[in-house]
Amino acid sequence: MEDLSDYKSHLKRSQSLIALVLMITIMSFLSDRFFTVTNMWNVTRQISVNVCLSVGMTLVILTGGIDLSVGSVLALTGAIAAGLLKNGLELPMFNLAIRYTFLGAAMGAILAGSILGLINGLAITRFRVPPFVATLAMLTIARGLTMLWTKGFPITGLGETFAVLGTGSFLAIPVPVWICAVIVAVALVVTKRTRFGRYVYAVGGNEQAAKLSGLNINKIKLMVYTAAGALAAIGGLITTARLDSAQPNAGMGYELDSIAAVVIGGTSLSGGRGSVLGTVLGALIIGVLNNSLVLLDVSPFWQQVIKGGVILLAVVIDKLSAKD
Amino acid sequence: MVQALADKDSVVLEARDITKTFPGVKALDNVSFQIHRGKINALVGENGAGKSTLVKVLSGVYAEYGGKVLLEGEEVSFANPRQAQNSGVVIIHQELNLIPHLSVSENVFLGREYTNRLGLIDYKRMYVETERILKQLNLRIAPNRLICDLRVGQQQIVEIAKALSFDARVIIMDEPTSAVSEREVQVLFGLIRSLKEHGVGIVYITHKLDEVFQIADRATVMRDGKVVGSCLPEEVGHDDIVRMMVGRDIKDFFVKSHASEQQELLSVRDICLDHPTRSEDYLVDHVSFSVNQGEVLGIFGLMGAGRTELLETVFGVHPQRSSGAIHLQGRQVRIKSPWDAIDCGIGLVPEDRKQQGLVLLMSVRANISLASLKLTERFSLLSSQLERQLASDYIARLKIKTASAGQRTEDLSGGNQQKVVIAKWLATDPKVLLLDEPTRGIDVNAKNEIYRLIGELAEAGLGIVVVSSELPEIMAICDRIIVLSEARKTAEFARSEATEELIMKAAIPRSA
Repeated sequence: MEDLSDYKSHLKRSQSLIALVLMITIMSFLSDRFFTVTNMWNVTRQISVNVCLSVGMTLVILTGGIDLSVGSVLALTGAIAAGLLKNGLELPMFNLAIRYTFLGAAMGAILAGSILGLINGLAITRFRVPPFVATLAMLTIARGLTMLWTKGFPITGLGETFAVLGTGSFLAIPVPVWICAVIVAVALVVTKRTRFGRYVYAVGGNEQAAKLSGLNINKIKLMVYTAAGALAAIGGLITTARLDSAQPNAGMGYELDSIAAVVIGGTSLSGGRGSVLGTVLGALIIGVLNNSLVLLDVSPFWQQVIKGGVILLAVVIDKLSAKD
Repeated sequence: MVQALADKDSVVLEARDITKTFPGVKALDNVSFQIHRGKINALVGENGAGKSTLVKVLSGVYAEYGGKVLLEGEEVSFANPRQAQNSGVVIIHQELNLIPHLSVSENVFLGREYTNRLGLIDYKRMYVETERILKQLNLRIAPNRLICDLRVGQQQIVEIAKALSFDARVIIMDEPTSAVSEREVQVLFGLIRSLKEHGVGIVYITHKLDEVFQIADRATVMRDGKVVGSCLPEEVGHDDIVRMMVGRDIKDFFVKSHASEQQELLSVRDICLDHPTRSEDYLVDHVSFSVNQGEVLGIFGLMGAGRTELLETVFGVHPQRSSGAIHLQGRQVRIKSPWDAIDCGIGLVPEDRKQQGLVLLMSVRANISLASLKLTERFSLLSSQLERQLASDYIARLKIKTASAGQRTEDLSGGNQQKVVIAKWLATDPKVLLLDEPTRGIDVNAKNEIYRLIGELAEAGLGIVVVSSELPEIMAICDRIIVLSEARKTAEFARSEATEELIMKAAIPRSA
């Protein structure tokens, strides 16, 4: 049986795939440093953080929401991991100092990210704050907490084990790429093959119909924002590990790159339509573009202009092709 | 019959050999249609027959088509609705196109506001002009009232006012009575007749044949993208038109369900729903009713009587504001949310299938399985095989016309969309099915199929509750009828006792 809606989304995905292949082909001619193994791993390593954020962002946007706080959550959770690893947690009132292993610090960061996401979700579901506003507030709050936690200074010297997360390789493939691959694989199964994934699409497609079909809308939204927070924390761990330091101003503007990846990947900002795979392609396009502009020695100022233009172009093409 | 209509001089707008194709469908196939000045030209046909497509071609919504459109004998091709409007061809869509938080006047003149020398909006002139038009239409409301504060019937008149402000020569009305009360229908009919006297050519699209006989001067019947015939309503009977519409004779229009003295399935006692803003006021005021196994219970009421609210309250949509007791098969149940209701074996086919019933972006298959997705799981992952099976079972059983189970629900006709909603609920294996206006806006054939289905489900032992604002429908398919008026239950009849007069008398508000 031919599946029309699937067919359409394949078509859309192949559009971004063609764009990506085209970019890679052109760049291979323009720069001999581009199509090399080193550079390819470099690009994928660079985009891995954006992929983590964007997978979560895709889920949120599929429900018709948005999460502006991912960049700040990334910074805060990265700093929490670094702080726990380096200084532990001191609770003077109990006369207690807890030391963290690498794994403990990582779990602590992911837990913190989840909680921040959950708070976003609670504001949106319990108190009916529009997602844009709730997560905008969290953007500022989490950034402020990062400054408080780090006192405004980078936390550095985190040790070899932790650095592996960002700079290590396993079977010749960078660890961040492995992490991304696992996240993407899980997200694909969740969105395509689980009830929760289907419900995410249903809530974004028509919230009222979803509610009257017995779906627990609030629970689904809470889960989606919590996932976005947890994934931002994983992005935070990678970022911190790569630099071997937690920067208080890490992740500034990452939410925009992440939204761009989702949109270029063909996910509708009004919800209900899109896919994780599209987002991965979107992130790859942005990553290759960034890398190309650097290799071609384009001035950083122009880089921004060009990136913005590409985002606009992607959406315009999407709209034009949707018309038929 | 067609010869009798060939009165060339009076034709104001004409479609000649129009063909319009969408990917995979020929929506219009060589259609010719004439609109006469000062006549009410009814356009009837089942959903998906091509009526809406035809008028969208005529009014510039679709700019690409085969064939010709002639205005006063001259070929025109409208690139967009605005061009058509400026030439005096105006369409009033079934879903009204008004902006709720703008005033009447701002809506009437939207996009072509009067401005003063400074380029600012000249409200004074707009109000005067709006008032003049509204007066013509006998609508006494201030031009600065907000649209959202008006009743649906009044909003419709504002749409007509908007049409008149374009000096309309042709006004196309797409099912104008589908959302207004009986009294407002009569007001609307009066208006349409007076527009006709002013020489406006009216195209009146409807499913309701009674309306054709009430007001149309001519009727054109469409089926499967073709015009199958035109007639003068006074020369033909109800059945003739139905035969043209469905392409076959109709036998039993309604199916009787088997009233049986079986055990009580659902019993609702003293259910209340508080008004969201006015305390001391109820949207549902201590209503009690029960449904037996295999019974079809009808709920009749005029607009605003609390019919939809009653069903929603039973279904757990408003847990914070509701009270009362619900028993299912003798046991008290607590329904605090729709999922509680579904767990108890209750399903609700809502009033507005597009807004509340379906996720239009999703496939037919995904909509059918939405409320019972658990059944399609294998090792806690969705099995596309099981889901496909579930969907194709119901597509076959309810005769849902769709290219495939993967088709977007958006692309289906109204009747088939409604069947998808019903399929979704049947897939949950309910004991009680609540249907809110199950046949609103769908064609005769699909209506018939839904009546038959209701009969079959009742026979299979389900308890069915049908809310309807169409009296003949309720009298024909229900074993028992309760009447709501102003949030209260005002009467209950067995089918044998019920007459249209008795039901209507109980439905009309006493305070009005």
